[in-house]
Amino acid sequence: MTFIGNKSDLRVVGTRPVRPDGVDKVTGRAVYGADATMPGQIIGKVLRSPHPHARIISIDTSKAEKLPGVKGVITSADIPNIPSEEAFVGEGPMNFRDLSLNCMARDKVLYEGHVVAAVAAINDAVADAALKLIDVKYEVLPHVIDVEEAMAPGAPILHDTLFTAGVTPKPTTPSNVAKQVRFTIGDVEAGFKQADVIVEQTYTTAPVHQAYIEPHACVAAIAADGQVLITASSQGHFMIRAYTAKLLGIDIANIRVTNAEIGGGFGGKTVVYLEPLAVALSKKSGRPVKMTMTREDVFRGTGPTSGGTIWVKVGATKDGKITAAQTVIKLQAGAFPGSPINPALMCAFAMYDLANVDTLGYDVVSNRPKVAAYRAPGAPISSFAAESAIDDLARKLGMDPIELRLKNAAKQGSKTVYGVTHGVIGYEEVLNAAKAHPHWTAPLGKNQGRGLATGFWFNIGGESTGGVFINEDGTASVVTGSPDIGGSRASMAMMAAEVLGIPYEKVRAVIPDTASIGFTHVTGGSRVTYATGMAVTQAAQAVVEDLKKRAAMIWDISPEAVEWKDGEAVPAGANAGGFDPLPLAAIALKAAKTGGPIGSEISVNAQGAGPGFGAHICDVEVDPETGHTTILRYTAVQDVGRAIHPAYVEGQIQGGAVQGIGWALNEEYIYNKKGHMDNAGFLDYRIPVASDLPMIEAVLVEVPNTRHPFGVRGVGEVPIVPPMAAVRNAIRGALDLELFHLPMSPPRVRAAVDAAKAPKAAE
Amino acid sequence: MPSLNYVAPTTVSDAVKILADASGPTRVLSGGTDLLVQLRAGRISPELIVDTKKIPGIMGITGSAAEGFTIGAATTGAELGDHQALKAAYPGVVEAANLIGSKQVQGRASLAGNLCNASPAADSVPAVIAAGGTVTIAGPSGTRTAPAESIVTGPGRTSLAKGEFIVSFHLPAIKGKTSDAYLRFIPRTEMDIAVVGCGVSITVDAGGTITAAKISLGAVAPTQVPVDASCIIGTKLDDAALAKLDAAAQAMCNPIDDKRGTIEFRTKVAGVLARRTAKIAYDRAGAR
Repeated sequence: MTFIGNKSDLRVVGTRPVRPDGVDKVTGRAVYGADATMPGQIIGKVLRSPHPHARIISIDTSKAEKLPGVKGVITSADIPNIPSEEAFVGEGPMNFRDLSLNCMARDKVLYEGHVVAAVAAINDAVADAALKLIDVKYEVLPHVIDVEEAMAPGAPILHDTLFTAGVTPKPTTPSNVAKQVRFTIGDVEAGFKQADVIVEQTYTTAPVHQAYIEPHACVAAIAADGQVLITASSQGHFMIRAYTAKLLGIDIANIRVTNAEIGGGFGGKTVVYLEPLAVALSKKSGRPVKMTMTREDVFRGTGPTSGGTIWVKVGATKDGKITAAQTVIKLQAGAFPGSPINPALMCAFAMYDLANVDTLGYDVVSNRPKVAAYRAPGAPISSFAAESAIDDLARKLGMDPIELRLKNAAKQGSKTVYGVTHGVIGYEEVLNAAKAHPHWTAPLGKNQGRGLATGFWFNIGGESTGGVFINEDGTASVVTGSPDIGGSRASMAMMAAEVLGIPYEKVRAVIPDTASIGFTHVTGGSRVTYATGMAVTQAAQAVVEDLKKRAAMIWDISPEAVEWKDGEAVPAGANAGGFDPLPLAAIALKAAKTGGPIGSEISVNAQGAGPGFGAHICDVEVDPETGHTTILRYTAVQDVGRAIHPAYVEGQIQGGAVQGIGWALNEEYIYNKKGHMDNAGFLDYRIPVASDLPMIEAVLVEVPNTRHPFGVRGVGEVPIVPPMAAVRNAIRGALDLELFHLPMSPPRVRAAVDAAKAPKAAE
Repeated sequence: MPSLNYVAPTTVSDAVKILADASGPTRVLSGGTDLLVQLRAGRISPELIVDTKKIPGIMGITGSAAEGFTIGAATTGAELGDHQALKAAYPGVVEAANLIGSKQVQGRASLAGNLCNASPAADSVPAVIAAGGTVTIAGPSGTRTAPAESIVTGPGRTSLAKGEFIVSFHLPAIKGKTSDAYLRFIPRTEMDIAVVGCGVSITVDAGGTITAAKISLGAVAPTQVPVDASCIIGTKLDDAALAKLDAAAQAMCNPIDDKRGTIEFRTKVAGVLARRTAKIAYDRAGAR
């Protein structure tokens, strides 16, 4: 793959056209998961466990089945009891048996909200009435919510079959610690001995939900011959196909999934909850079954990301050279193993060029919903602690926080704790852009503070399919297997238009169903513009080669004597002949005479995704009497490789920053003593509202990724990594408060104000 | 299957008769911004909903600062916010009512709904109480008037008898240099429920000395609670008076620990808001 041109040569890439899905979305025509219908559909609903931990003694569905209007009731008896099998289909490792048990409990319920049965009925009211008629007898077991308590001796054990992996000798007693994992380079003990200044602290973060505005929804039907149709909103219709096939024992070829528009996912829609149940209910009832979650269902039944406990120790010499960094991280996995502990460990210090790093992590189950991916899974958690510690280190050293970071910045050739050596990266460029931004030196008023934090995310490539087809009139159709979450249809059309040399408006991008395009991995890991974009670019390049051949055929000259320029075939030089340029439309018109339809579909397994770095500057004003924090100004600087559509890149950065601000200030799961979530709704699970926020200024730094034809780096995940520490460091700057726990909600900040006053009064 | 009936009487007497004759669980509907949400969430399952909005006069504002204002029970927050004379006379009541929900909710939410929903955290209620507001109640034995603070008896409970509903609110004539204010604390900036709310009405003499004051706190006890205002009467709301007011407000708090705030936090913030709200009301009264 050759790198396509300098920025100044690009006509379409780097501009800001209207997105192809925009009009439908703002006028309400777009079909989301809950809008999809099938003829004759009925309603499916689930029964959720009221207990956080209990053994299921019996489930009697007979009364519900007899209720007029009920067409089918299912329990785990209707779902295949599949063996344990590790897989990688969504955005992280997944055990199919755990996924099956998470969709429908068997033997035990492991969290309040765990599904134990489901009904299909002619309408909502009948379905609700039927759920009340299902009689489940439970033996209630002691439960554990908190990660430290789940690790403590004597804690209620969730899985008798779970033994801590990663320790030798292999344990013989079951544990809630699913895995212990360590990444190390150098010798931290030796490193700390060289340090003049050391900071050491334990931090905690709360589990937070992805809080996509659209609850999960699907409609599914299975025909008498076993063919399945599903329409669902997700981050990957191939993922839904794979999981549904595996969980129900259906051949993949017998399942066709159409992706509905998606109203936000952020990683949370890379797993299934409803689709296998809808298919099982359809099988039982003989009718298409529609299932839609409520917001309460989303909170009680679907994955947040982990909360965790993070101990961090960082040492540096007097002149600011970091000599050692160490962390121990314990992450909540929810009811089944699978917290993002590995990336949490790997990302904590990935911004720095360090000789001695030691990271140790634990993946811990407890009686809460199983976590799902959330933007840069794991990185925001460890970075909150690490970037708070770096800020405290800068204070102790009396150094500017940007200078301290520049002094230790990772660059090309820096080795990471997980063994990878950084290629061309833009961390120093990002830090220098932050330093040069007027925000960094703007004056501050009373009770106001400024914080800075930085973040890293790998970004991934992977399997994608993209097609480019030339229509008879010279317009082009672009097809990909990637559900469009952040404007990817626009970026795909732009890359194709750039290569073909035709206007963006002449290219339409669509996302066909799973039977109509090659396999494509989920929209996650910030991979779509990179990997699917690579497939589309290659397909467009193949089309251009074909167009040149067609022109050569029409002119009766050698294909090597034809060049493609601004959407037209032109003779390569005077020797090639004196032909008038042949525009794409003219070649398309003669396609039948030159070999038939013109098009190319390319499948790739893209490697070489370039990591991204961000630096966020946050100004706050804190009301010391109420503990209320107002975000006054926020600037997010990020290396984006090259922005295909800068407005959507800025949108990703702004959205990530806002979600991080919510994580920092107010979002948390509040559990009562019974192990029930007390705030399963947007009233008391407080994501920021528009009036809580200033305009987030996104500053794009472009250090192109040499492995992508246009220089793309993934951009969607980096921006959620720095905000929590940026806000924390800003509050610390405003009132000099010791804050180590998220969320930094008003009661917590007010308590810190009171705590800060108390010792001073005693002096 | 449970059934739900809806009626929209066009006279007060019809409404009273329907409410008095109802045998099952019944709810009165004004704007519905609480009722419909509770219905959808399955928290209530009434058999009958009586919509008051078709009754002439149930929406609208009459009167003036000199003679007092009568506000129809179902008058929306948006209408209150658009009424310049009411806003000038009772800025605290209007700003409290306008804090309920969002812009969209303001097109429906009413004072009567906010009061009869009987949430300790209702925004308009402490403001109406502080302003000396009264309500006119229609019922099987005729019409009666009651102080606003006598309606809420506990979370979700009111003193209204079977067949009774609120027809209108009355805010008294403004006498001398009197004004009011309302502040609430929420973790966000809107779309939230008060962690603490505080309504204050203050009257000052020509020299700026406080001659009368009424203070009501919300969300710190099962019902709205009064704060003893004697500590600021006779003062010019100096720092010493404010400190006493802070303590007096905290002394009245009997909150719960819940998802919206701890006992300790609510109590401290009640003192903070009492001071801040009193200062706004005092400055407004002095400016009359």
